[in-house]
Amino acid sequence: MAFLSPLVAGLIFGLGLCLSGMIDPAKVLAFLDLAGMWDPSLALVMGGAVTVAFIAFRIAGHRASSFAGRNFEIPKTRKIDAKLVGGAVIFGTGWGLAGLCPAPAIVNIGFLDPRAVLFVLAMLAGMKLGDVFSDSPTGEAESPAAKQAANSV
Amino acid sequence: MQIDWVHFTPWSALAGGVLIGLAAAWMLLVEGRILGASGIIGGLLTPRRGDIFWRAALILGLVASPALAHLLFGTVGAGVSAGLPMLIAAGLLVGFGSRLGKGCTSGHGVCGLARLSPRSAVATGAFMASGFLTVFIIRHLLS
Repeated sequence: MAFLSPLVAGLIFGLGLCLSGMIDPAKVLAFLDLAGMWDPSLALVMGGAVTVAFIAFRIAGHRASSFAGRNFEIPKTRKIDAKLVGGAVIFGTGWGLAGLCPAPAIVNIGFLDPRAVLFVLAMLAGMKLGDVFSDSPTGEAESPAAKQAANSV
Repeated sequence: MQIDWVHFTPWSALAGGVLIGLAAAWMLLVEGRILGASGIIGGLLTPRRGDIFWRAALILGLVASPALAHLLFGTVGAGVSAGLPMLIAAGLLVGFGSRLGKGCTSGHGVCGLARLSPRSAVATGAFMASGFLTVFIIRHLLS
C-alpha cells in the first residue's frame, strides 16, 4: 500500500503534463521561441502549478509532519553557486534542443515512442555523469541535511 | 514578439498546470517529499535500501498516465520528432544539468518557486534563459 500514494501522484502528474501540452516537444519549443510565433500556453501551466503548490507549502508550514505522519524532506541548501547556475544553464540548453525535460520524457515512453526511450537512456547516462561532478549525488530532496521540520519550509 | 493565438490553449494549459500542482501537493502533504522528477529518477541510479519502490511507483504512474489521459481527455501522443543525434545530445545535457543543478522544471520550476526558494528562483531563471537562447540560436541564427 505504500506504493499506492506515489503511484497516484505520478498518475496525476502525468495527466497534468498530458492535458497541459508539456508532453508535446513542439509546444514546448513554441513557448521557448520568443522571437518566432510565440505560444504562451506553458506560462499558464507554470502559473497554475505554482499557485496550487504554493498553497500546499503554506499548509505544510503549519504542520509538524505530513498527513501520513512522515517527516517533511525539504531541501535545506541555500547556496547559490556555479554548480547550481551552470547545471541549470546546461539543463536549459538540452531542454531547448529537444523540447523535453525529465518528467514529460518519461510520460512519452507511455505513448510507446521509441525516440522518447532513446532520450531517456541518454538522460540517465547524463545523470550518472552529473552525479560524478555533484556534491551529494542523492538528489535535491534527499541529502541527510535536508530533513527538517515543516515550520522552516 | 508575435503571439500565436491559433495554438494558444489557455484553459487546458491552466487545468493541466493545476493537476501538476495537485500532484506536487499530494507528494508534499502525504509523502512529505518534493515532487522533483530529476531527483526522483536520479535517486534510482544510486539505489539505497528502502528508497527505491516509492520512486519506481511514481515513475510507473507517469508511464501509465497516457492511457488514462487518453480515456479522460482523448489525449494522443504528439510524438518526439527531433533527430537521433539531437535527441542523444539533448538527453545527455538534460540529465547532466539537472543533476549538477539539483533540479529540473518540476523541482526548481514548480516546487522551488512555490516555496519561495531563492536558489530555485535563480535556477529557474537560468534554465529558462538558456532554453530561450538555445531555441533562438537554432531557429533564428543557424537556420
